[in-house]
Amino acid sequence: MDGLMQFIFSGLTVGAVYALVALGFTIIYNASDVVNFSQGEFVMLGGMITVFTFEAGLPLPLAAVVAIAVTAGVGVALNKLAIEPARGAPVVSLIIITIGASILIRGASQLIFDKQLHRFPAFSGDEPLQVLGATILPQSLWVIGGALLVFVALWLFFTKTLTGKAVLATANNRLAAQLVGINTNYVMTLSFALSAAIGALAGVLVTPITLVGYDVGVGLALKGFAAAMLGGMGNPKGALVGGLLLGLCEALTAGFLSSQYKEAVAFVIILAVLFVMPQGLFGRKSTERV
Amino acid sequence: MSLLQVQGLGISFGGIRAVHDVSFNVKAGEIVSVIGPNGAGKTTLFNMISSIYRPDSGTVHLEGKDITATEPHRLARLGMSRTFQNLQIFQEMTVLENAIAGYHMQESGPLWQDLFALPGSRRRAAKAREGAYELLARVGLKNAAEQEAGNLSYGALKRLEIARALATEPKVLLLDEPAAGCNAVETEEIDELIAETAKTGIAILLVEHDMKMVMRISNHIVVLDHGEKIAEGDPATVSQNPDVIAAYLGTGEEEASHADG
Amino acid sequence: MNMQSKWTQIAILVALIVILPVFFPSGYYYRVGALIFVNALSVVGLVILIGFAGQISLGHAGFAGIGAFSCALLPVHFGLHPAIAVLVGALLSALIAGMIGRPILRLQGYYLAVATLGFGVLMSMVLTNERELTGGPDGMRVADLGLREVLRDMGLKLSGGEFWYAMCGLVLVIGVWVALNLYNSPTGRAMRALHGSEVAARTVGIDVASKKLQAFVISAIYASVAGSLLALQNGFITPDVAGFMHSIEMVTMTVLGGVGSILGAILGAAILTLLPQVLTVFAEYEQLVLGAVMILVMIFLPRGLLPSIAAKLRGRGE
Repeated sequence: MDGLMQFIFSGLTVGAVYALVALGFTIIYNASDVVNFSQGEFVMLGGMITVFTFEAGLPLPLAAVVAIAVTAGVGVALNKLAIEPARGAPVVSLIIITIGASILIRGASQLIFDKQLHRFPAFSGDEPLQVLGATILPQSLWVIGGALLVFVALWLFFTKTLTGKAVLATANNRLAAQLVGINTNYVMTLSFALSAAIGALAGVLVTPITLVGYDVGVGLALKGFAAAMLGGMGNPKGALVGGLLLGLCEALTAGFLSSQYKEAVAFVIILAVLFVMPQGLFGRKSTERV
Repeated sequence: MSLLQVQGLGISFGGIRAVHDVSFNVKAGEIVSVIGPNGAGKTTLFNMISSIYRPDSGTVHLEGKDITATEPHRLARLGMSRTFQNLQIFQEMTVLENAIAGYHMQESGPLWQDLFALPGSRRRAAKAREGAYELLARVGLKNAAEQEAGNLSYGALKRLEIARALATEPKVLLLDEPAAGCNAVETEEIDELIAETAKTGIAILLVEHDMKMVMRISNHIVVLDHGEKIAEGDPATVSQNPDVIAAYLGTGEEEASHADG
Repeated sequence: MNMQSKWTQIAILVALIVILPVFFPSGYYYRVGALIFVNALSVVGLVILIGFAGQISLGHAGFAGIGAFSCALLPVHFGLHPAIAVLVGALLSALIAGMIGRPILRLQGYYLAVATLGFGVLMSMVLTNERELTGGPDGMRVADLGLREVLRDMGLKLSGGEFWYAMCGLVLVIGVWVALNLYNSPTGRAMRALHGSEVAARTVGIDVASKKLQAFVISAIYASVAGSLLALQNGFITPDVAGFMHSIEMVTMTVLGGVGSILGAILGAAILTLLPQVLTVFAEYEQLVLGAVMILVMIFLPRGLLPSIAAKLRGRGE
């Protein structure tokens, strides 16, 4: 079982990315009940913009900041231009809108950037570290650390700050939140910005390992959704745990079963969760009101 | 024998007892009303009887047969149908199509006949259409038959919903606030429709806020408060029951806690 | 829209199919027409699923893949005639749709979207990965249907383009006829009823799960036959036919024309099939345009192009 530790490391690394995408889903879902299928494109944008601004001569940290800021702007634009005008539309329409946004963003990236795969240098070199008889890239530690940091920051934001509590209140009961004076439109915009920024950060962190191309978004969105569902839709802790678990399952499948079909793991998990425990690991049961 | 027997029905949501140990019976041709302050658990009770919620305890019997938590579409087959407090109309279908949909159990047949418009399919559809027209005439909507249902007035939609439920030829009909949101004329129309329906031998279970209407048409009244049955009897007895009066007038505090139910 | 005018709609469609070739500047346009009809056929299937029953699928290209590769593989490995392979493919799609549909259709909204998306991605993954069978991403040759030769021997000489134009047009007309039959039938009514309100549909005895499944299986058959026709007329097929983008194209065509309208959906298919043919630069912009169309239509014309235009015209007339 020499490979086991190695697979666990690689699983945790991709899992951390899935967790970040899942957290992005969770934030928007909680604020608006919308599942944003273009969540994966934020990750792609984070990676792509960093690549191109870095190659244009910006120092890497600055390039990363620019990428995250621009992506957050795209998130806000998405909310203002596509989600807000469709308020109250049936779920099927919202699905089509966010899938449309996803295709639109990827089509635009293909034009603005190119169709190649790209990377930029890892933050702390490419020299693998020896841990527990296996090797791990320093960049993997950045990814895992980044996911944990985002999780803690979000937790602090939602429990300790007034704005965070406003978001939670809106999630709980939109009308009631409006009545106590919360600007729910602002909360929505903030959620999209936050969620896009987190996605972009994931893209910045993981690009040195997995590379980035214009078409990686849809796959990531699916994995992130699978992770969010596994953990329980709308639950940040579930998003984190679900993401890491999904990453581990994939890495172990690739290692011990078939690397060709590791992509199938996410869908098997989606289906299994849906049929066995639709509320996920940490979710709550809900009762439909008629 | 009673057509519908409700025995010890109860359910909790998140540890809160919404309905607790409620029992009563409804006989053929009888109109039984369930009344109580807002949040007393009337709609929840309905949702348990019609299998939209699965009760935590208790049973529902239809003609002596245990139907507790039977799938809703099978309930229709067994002879129970209902209407909804917040209208559940097929908005984008015409009024006529809504009524025809009520005849689904009679008109449905082999899928392949439907796909190729074979005579069998057309015969079934034509028969349902005929029945639907008659029913629409009975509830006074014949002239609106070809309109999209979404364009109808609230009162008309309420009648359409009753017509659709009647199309299933139920033995027991559950009406959840059929007159809510209707004006005086509309209320009277619905009132008559319910009385007529009961005369045909259908057992009617009614949730209604309009007390005048309840007192006028009910044979029997069940009073709920805080999810429990506090009284039961004919209209005259119930209206003089001190518990019932207390529940309705309540104290200011209690009223507030009920208000958002 | 008013679907009671079944024969009017079919007459319009037949008239268009027959008259349009008069305006074709070159034989190439028969090919484009045939492609429009094939796309329209899968879109009519999606109208049944999305427009009638109100269920979404982001993975229907998976069924097109089954239909296409049935036509490619069955004649090679089992010596079946391609025409039989179309039927076997449709049957296979129906079976698979029936099997996965039963659990998947218990899901609502987003979950259904993701589950169907997952099915589509899995399907295209299998077709891409099983190189020895399917030729992988390079695709494989598809045997000829052979009907054109039969017609030639009977004295009816058609070019490849003309033959497929007529063939696909015919299948589309049949597909539209079946869909219109369904719309006004007891089953179609039940599907539209559950679309309106599932709880209410149950109270009138509609077995909601079974009606959703029927819609899903029927639409899978449409997609499968469309996939088969695509494979046969090109004589070549790649796993792209089952890909995510193809599923998205189908949904976009459906919503562009109008999910509640068969002729509208065909219009949607025609527009999005023609665009890349007319604008050669379009290939570059395809995803951008598809995405923008999806968003804009949902916000500004939620009922789709044709019904919205019809409503506008009616509004002016009054």
